[in-house]
Amino acid sequence: MSAIFTVTMPKWGLSMQEGKVNLWLKEVGDSIAPGEEIIEVESEKISGAVEAAATGVLRRQVAQADDVLPVGALLGIIADADVSDELIDDLVTRFQAEFVPPSADEEDSGPQTQTVKVGDVQLRYLKMGEDSAGAVPLLLVHGFGGDLNNWLFNHEPLSASRAVYALDLPGHGSSTKVTGIASLEALGKVVVGFMDAVGIECAHLAGHSMGGGVCLAVAKLAPNKVKSLSLIASAGLGTEINGAYIDGFVAAASRGAFKPVLETLYSNASLVNRSMIDDMLKYKRLEGVDSALSTLAAGLFAGGRQAEQLASAASGKPVLVIWGESDRVIPSSHATAIPGATVKVMPGQGHMVQLEAAGEVNKLIGEFLSK
Amino acid sequence: MARKITYQQAINEALDQEMTRDPSVIVMGEDVAGGAGAPGEEDSWGGVLGVTKGLFAKHPGRVLDTPISESGYVGAAVGAACNGLRPVAELMFIDFMGVCFDQIFNQAAKFRYMFGGKAKTPVVIRAMYGAGFRAAAQHSQCLYNIFTHIPGLKVVIPSNPYDAKGLLIQSIRDNDPVIFLEHKALYTMEGDVPEESYVVPFGEAAVVHEGDDVTIVAFGRMVNYAKDVAGTLRKKGVQCDVIDPRTTSPMDFDTILESVERTGRLVVVDESHPRCSMASDVSGFIAQEAFGALKAPIQMVTAPHSPVPFAAVLEDLYIPSPARIEEAVMRVKEYK
Repeated sequence: MSAIFTVTMPKWGLSMQEGKVNLWLKEVGDSIAPGEEIIEVESEKISGAVEAAATGVLRRQVAQADDVLPVGALLGIIADADVSDELIDDLVTRFQAEFVPPSADEEDSGPQTQTVKVGDVQLRYLKMGEDSAGAVPLLLVHGFGGDLNNWLFNHEPLSASRAVYALDLPGHGSSTKVTGIASLEALGKVVVGFMDAVGIECAHLAGHSMGGGVCLAVAKLAPNKVKSLSLIASAGLGTEINGAYIDGFVAAASRGAFKPVLETLYSNASLVNRSMIDDMLKYKRLEGVDSALSTLAAGLFAGGRQAEQLASAASGKPVLVIWGESDRVIPSSHATAIPGATVKVMPGQGHMVQLEAAGEVNKLIGEFLSK
Repeated sequence: MARKITYQQAINEALDQEMTRDPSVIVMGEDVAGGAGAPGEEDSWGGVLGVTKGLFAKHPGRVLDTPISESGYVGAAVGAACNGLRPVAELMFIDFMGVCFDQIFNQAAKFRYMFGGKAKTPVVIRAMYGAGFRAAAQHSQCLYNIFTHIPGLKVVIPSNPYDAKGLLIQSIRDNDPVIFLEHKALYTMEGDVPEESYVVPFGEAAVVHEGDDVTIVAFGRMVNYAKDVAGTLRKKGVQCDVIDPRTTSPMDFDTILESVERTGRLVVVDESHPRCSMASDVSGFIAQEAFGALKAPIQMVTAPHSPVPFAAVLEDLYIPSPARIEEAVMRVKEYK
């Protein structure tokens, strides 16, 4: 039997209520494969592409550019070429008649962040996907100054076949703003403690930037807890790092100062909108963040050089290395530091490659993990 | 860790955290503890609407009930501030400021200037403002513009729980006298507020909605009306910038100017009377600084030049409504 699939407004992050359609990336009649980007959508915080979850032909573009629609609203229809137009029109009519937009009160529906204590440190984390026998869970570790939302476009897609955890490192996001952590090893110890606390015996680890270095530190501290490593623009694989970026990030106290710093992260600088800058300022203004970040920066990246080299910690593990070729924070030349690793350097991409080229990164990690 | 709490709880938490951090912070006002001689938290009233509830027991000796004499205890707070304490005086309703203008305008606001920078007056005066509570003309005014007029005072008007906490912490740490104004209708408003302490700096506007067609500048409670209107209009194809200056002294004119230079259209929403108001202040500034950018006459949406009526139907008409804001936006949008 031929199948019909709906494409709906995604929910990116816990606070997203509605999104604006920017443009269609596929035309009616185009063949679609799973993972292909079909429509670009913009939330209050970020714009990104909706990926197809099904194989077929794009048969309808229900939403038009500039439409503002609630989460879950119908954007388009993918179906096999032999599905009749009547059947598709029926589905559209039925969907529109039955669709109830989530009310503002239901904002908190869907996956919720949780907290767990590791020693004195309270860590926030988000778990998506189901535990299943035989599927090793995946743990996502963000970079310097980031939080679990750095995985906004990766977390859910990667959780189709396994449980996927993302945490806020100490001093970051909504985790305790402990000060005095100044090494990848110290962060690695907290992550090992986190895995014990939530009952993860062994996991695939994926880390971005400093988080990649943390994953390597975990592999060094507790090799049995690490099934594989996916390292994106990772720290710990060479000495160079953009010191001006790190110093600028630590020092920025106003929107004007923050904007050029954050733009360094992206190949498409227009992603750095006011909402992103405001969120970063809110984080930076929390008591303890200043001191946590300066201590960390001084320990890890003093004078624009990375203090810890951890490539050897990956030995014996399957490793995937992903880098944006035009990364302006950590140079993509570090991508080849681990012998035997699967390496993908993506042309035109910057440091936040997992956000800006989410579809391709998800595909690479998904294929790597299923091996 | 951010969680949802009310505007009122956010203010209580800011006071609690600052009292814990700094032993020189004290709270004083009418019934802020529970009436003179109240034994503890159980029967503590916590101010007329309960904003300071619980602080009396947590910070013994530092939450002081005062006589019903604003001129007396506001003067005492100003004096204590000059002598090393950081008092937060609660004045119940902004309407009662009238009896202590000398203490605020002539003393607190002038000390730093007249003593050549050698004196500082780190006092915060908290008060409720705004109409909508059937409390009649003497308990319903929006007088922030009067304090904004006086050099030497800082004036803060938070529109949501997050800003209320961060701005109150900044107010307490600030070394100048701060008038901190809370709209009664916002006390039950919920929002995401971090548990940790944090500071929202003065003179930094928030842009709470973005768009290139029309700039709306709104104050206090009106920010939330303007934001709702912008959300409605967005679906109709009209894109609005909504700017919440958050503090009117200092005032972030740069953000307003940048926006109007882009949109060419300005609506200012102010719950106060129109004459000598924040609405006329912002309008005058833009008329002078961005005349060439304007594509339509500036629109002010304000209360009328009249005392706040007691009759419920009239009071409801008196307060600027979302419908009036939307009309004003469409008027500037469609102006030819």
